[in-house]
Order: sequence, then C-alpha cells, then structure tokens
Amino acid sequence: MKLYDIFTTASSNMFRSKLRTLLTIIAIFIGAFTLTLTTGLGSGISAYIDKVVGDLGAKDILVIQGTTDTGSQPGPTASEPKKYDPAKKTASIESEGNRNVIVLTDADLAKIRQIKGVKSVDAYRNATVDYVYGADTNSKYLASLDHYISGENYSLDAGRLPKPGPDVEVLIPSAYLKALGYASAQAALNQSVHLGATNGLGQLSEVTAPIVGVMQASLISNGTLSANDALVAKLREVTNVGLPPAATANFQAAIARFDPSISDTELKALKDRIKTAGYDARTVEDQIGTFKAVINGIIGVLDGFAIIALLAASFGIINTLLMSVQERTKEIGLMKAMGMGSGRIFLLFSFEAALLGFWGSLLGALAAMGAGQIINRIVGATFLKDLTGLVLLRFQPVPLAVIVGIVMAIAFLAGTLPAIRAARQSPIDSLRYE
Amino acid sequence: MQTQPILLAEHVTKRYGKGDNQFLALNDVSLDIRAGEKIAIIGKSGSGKSTLMHILALLDKPTTGKINVNGQPAAKLRGGQLNQLRNQTFGFVFQQFFLNGNASVLENVLLPLKIGRVGRAERKRRALAALEQVELSDKAKNKANNLSGGQKQRVVIARALVNNPQIIFADEPTGNLDSATGAKIEQLLFGLNAKHGITLIIVTHDADLAARCDRQIHLKDGRVLMATQPRRRSL
Repeated sequence: MKLYDIFTTASSNMFRSKLRTLLTIIAIFIGAFTLTLTTGLGSGISAYIDKVVGDLGAKDILVIQGTTDTGSQPGPTASEPKKYDPAKKTASIESEGNRNVIVLTDADLAKIRQIKGVKSVDAYRNATVDYVYGADTNSKYLASLDHYISGENYSLDAGRLPKPGPDVEVLIPSAYLKALGYASAQAALNQSVHLGATNGLGQLSEVTAPIVGVMQASLISNGTLSANDALVAKLREVTNVGLPPAATANFQAAIARFDPSISDTELKALKDRIKTAGYDARTVEDQIGTFKAVINGIIGVLDGFAIIALLAASFGIINTLLMSVQERTKEIGLMKAMGMGSGRIFLLFSFEAALLGFWGSLLGALAAMGAGQIINRIVGATFLKDLTGLVLLRFQPVPLAVIVGIVMAIAFLAGTLPAIRAARQSPIDSLRYE
Repeated sequence: MQTQPILLAEHVTKRYGKGDNQFLALNDVSLDIRAGEKIAIIGKSGSGKSTLMHILALLDKPTTGKINVNGQPAAKLRGGQLNQLRNQTFGFVFQQFFLNGNASVLENVLLPLKIGRVGRAERKRRALAALEQVELSDKAKNKANNLSGGQKQRVVIARALVNNPQIIFADEPTGNLDSATGAKIEQLLFGLNAKHGITLIIVTHDADLAARCDRQIHLKDGRVLMATQPRRRSL
C-alpha cells in the first residue's frame, strides 16, 4: 500500500466507530487545550516582563550591596547568633522584617571603584518624603520616592525621562494623576508637586519640583515617584538637618556602571570580582529574574497538569486502538493474506493514532486560542486594566505547532502498542473460523 | 507435454503444539497442481484441509517438507517477495466473505490493488471490470452491508480476480448460500477457470461441488486418503 493510501485509509478508519473516536479526541482535546492555555499564559507574562525589563533599559548598571548574612538573630533557620564585626556596619531595615543589612560608606565606594570593569560607581541614596500634593493644596497623600538612575527607561504616558543636572525634576506614576488634581497625563506636565519631608529635629519642610513625565502603570514599578539626582540631593539636604554626620554618610546600595557590550561570561566575572571584594552585585535582569523564575515555576506546574491530562488521554488512544485491532482482526488477516506487509499494517494503525492526536490537539489549540481572546478581553477590562501592555495569554504559531507536534508524537507512541499487536497478527489465526 | 506444476507440495507435515499436546495437522502430504486445474480438497472438519490450503497459499509455513510456487521454493522467499507473490498470484474467496460492510462494493473490490500499489484511476478501472465479470457493476457504489449473501459472494469473487491471479483459493465458497445461489457461484468460478485458465483450489465438504472438479484430494487425519491422479493434458 502506498503511504498516501495508508494515510487515507487510516483517516477513514477513524470514522468507523464515530462515538469512540469522538470520545478519544475529546480526551486529547482537553489536554491540548490546557497545554495551549498554560503556554499562552507563560509567553504572555514573559513577553510582558521582557517588555518591562526592556523599558527599564538600564542594562549597564549593577546594584551593589554589602554581602548580607541572612538573619543576625537566631531564628528558625539560623542556629546561632552572628559574631559582631566592627568592620561591617549594619542597619536594621524595618520594611524587610527587621533584617539587618550591611550599609555602605564612601570608603566602600572607593574600593568598588578600583575593581576592574567598573566604569563608575555612585551611592544610591533614597530620600524619604512624608506626603505629596499637587494642584489641590488641601489634599495631601502618602508617597514614596525612588532615586531615578539615568539609563532607566520607564514607559511614559506623557512627558520625558528626568535629566541629570542642577534642576530638580520628578516623574509621577499615572495612579497619582487624579489624586494630585490633574485631568490627564498631558495636563500634569510641567505642573509643580510639593513634597513634604521631616528633618532630624522633627521639623517639616516642603520641596517643590516640576513634573517632567507620567509613568505607565506596570507590575514592577507601581505607585512610586521617581526623583532625579538633584531632587534627591535637595530632599536629603532638608532631611539631614539635625542628624549626626555618621548617619547621613551611610547608604544601603551603590550603583556601578559597566560597559554594556561585554559578554555574559565577562559580566559574570565582573560580578564574581565584586563578590570577592565583599559585596553583592545584581543587574536589573537579575532582580527581575527572581520574579520571572517564580512565574516560570507556576507555569511549569500548570504545564505539568496539562501533560498529565495528555498522558491520561494517551491511554484512551491505546484503549481505542486496541479495541479497533480486536474488531478488525479478520480485516487485518485478510489484508495480510492479500500481501500487505507487517510494516504497512503497523503504519496503518500508527497513522490512525497520530491522526487522533492531530485532530484532538488542533481543535484543542484552536479552542484555547478562542477562549484566550475572550479571557484577554475580560481580564483586560477588569482586574488587569491598569497594566498597560499586558496581554495575559499570547499565542504564537511556533509554540502552537510544537504543541500539536508533541501531542501527535504522544499519540503515535500510544498507538505503537496496538499497532505492533496488529502487525504481529497471523493471517491464518485471523481467517480461521471461530 | 508435461507442464511445470504451478504449486508443488513435497512431504509436507504440519505440527501444532509441543510434547504430549502435540497435534499432527498434516502428515506427509505431497501433491502437485498444474496451471488451469480445478482441485477440490475434501474431508471432514479437523481433517487438515484448511491447514493444507493455508500452507499452499503461503499463509503458513510447513513444519517439514517444502512448497514450490512456479518451480521456486517458497521457503526462500523473504518478506517483500512473499507479499508480492500473495498479492499478485493468489486470490481468496471465503465462506464468511470478510467484506468491510461500511465501505462501498467498489472499495472492497479494489483493496488488493490498493495493497499492490496500483494507481488510483487504474485500480478503479480494473475493479469495475472485475465487477462487470460478476455482473455487479450497478452495485459498485452500494455499501457492502446492503447486499444479499449471493451478491456478497460475487463481490468476494470480484475481489479475488481483480489482480488477475493465477490461482484462486476458495474456502467453502458455497457454504453459506442456498443451493440455487451456490450453483451460480459455482458456475462463476468454473467460468473463470474455463475462460482465463485460473487454477481453482476449492476446500469443501460439498460432494457435488467436489465431483465437478478435475481432481479430489481427500484428507483424513492429516493424511491424503485418496487422490485422483492429475490428468495428462496435452496442449
């Protein structure tokens, strides 16, 4: 029999027991549907993360912190209290659950600057603000402020990124627009916001800065104002009044710049050198990578469920085809008597299995795409409305083709057992009268 | 002039099982069949007649002894050659038809050609020609299930002759049919023998049918009890 004839025969054999075929296809359909959705979810979220990382853009910076020893007090995991080391200054950070981190000083900066591959290094200082208000002077809002590092490339709804230099500038997140009394992102541009800050003596003073841009809401930065160097310096000048010089000289992180064209291995070597010097260095991607790893883990588990569904379906295929082989015993015997080789008989049943896999997975993938469109629309209009640019489920032709291919391969493998049984059947046993 | 036997069996023995459960289905059977002959293999059930037919049709291998087809030892044929020989040399007619009931009559008839890798147009043409010979051209598109027993057997004969075989093996071809229909099928088979010189090997326990063949090979307990000698044909 020619391959084409085997194919068409296998295809028409599928419809000889319609209900059984339908049920098998449904089982495969469910697996392929789930797998397509989870894959779509994975690529949707990673595409979004890539976009956000790409937005941030500062690919030439390393965030450097003192090497942190997890837990200085004996907790459930740390067995003994850590020895005090006068060379390492620590500060307690309340926001991170009273974790002690080692603070950096100008001496550390000088040390880091000596490391080969570091182009420049600056202290990363945050200024704290108590409140913020804009056009409406009577409504003050809580706010936190980030230090804008030049090179960071936030997606903006309007305006531009802050510039270095002597002029103070601030970016506000789109979530603050309404609170600060602006009708739109465009309307907020070049308007002044007032930031209230308390100094070491408990006195409150305000700093005014113009809005140069409005940031899009995203998973990574949400609800934090971003101030340029000049604004951070000005705020610190105000808040440092009354604090001992030693307290103001410390900072929690430093920003080192390196040549962004270096290879991954060179970057790793650089990170290792910094580590040897006693610091932790992480790129922006490293920081987001943790987040990505968690998402990938969740999607991996979901994919696992889909694979389990497919495995269950593959037993359905085995069962269906074993019954077919049983039913067609005489036909197989007849075909063998007429000179059809065992290999061809094997192919006939294997093709049928692969076809079951093909139709089940194709229909499953198409249905998942349809469902994905609806889910995207609903989710985009409701609880993920604020995340501009997030397409939750993203379907691309190559992964879909891979899914169909994988399911067909699983189906083919499932079909081998019945196909081997069919191929081994002896013509006389099949033709003998019962 | 003595022609070469189309099928030759020499001291064929077929043994099933092992040790004490051993069962001798065929015991030292030798026969030669010449092209164009009508042979009846007769005997009670369990006499080994079906086993003999299967061995002659190369569907089964003898435990000892040898089979020659057209002078060639069958034991030397390997996979592909054996399949090709079965496909192009033999045709089968069964008591139980073995038709695919949901497929059309035409589809059923062209199955051997499909297996033999004949092209689409050609196999349709030849299948229709075969149906013509059994006078069922008008039923080509019908489902095989919708035919009467006699019609089904004629479809089976069309299927057996569609690849222009040298030999047609018929296992109880009239067993399932009433005597009038059976007689028609008989005529049809004998007609093919007369017109195309197709060798007929008929397994039957119908004494009348056997009597109308050139030779009867009577089996009992796996042995040839009595065989009429081949007629000397002069061509």
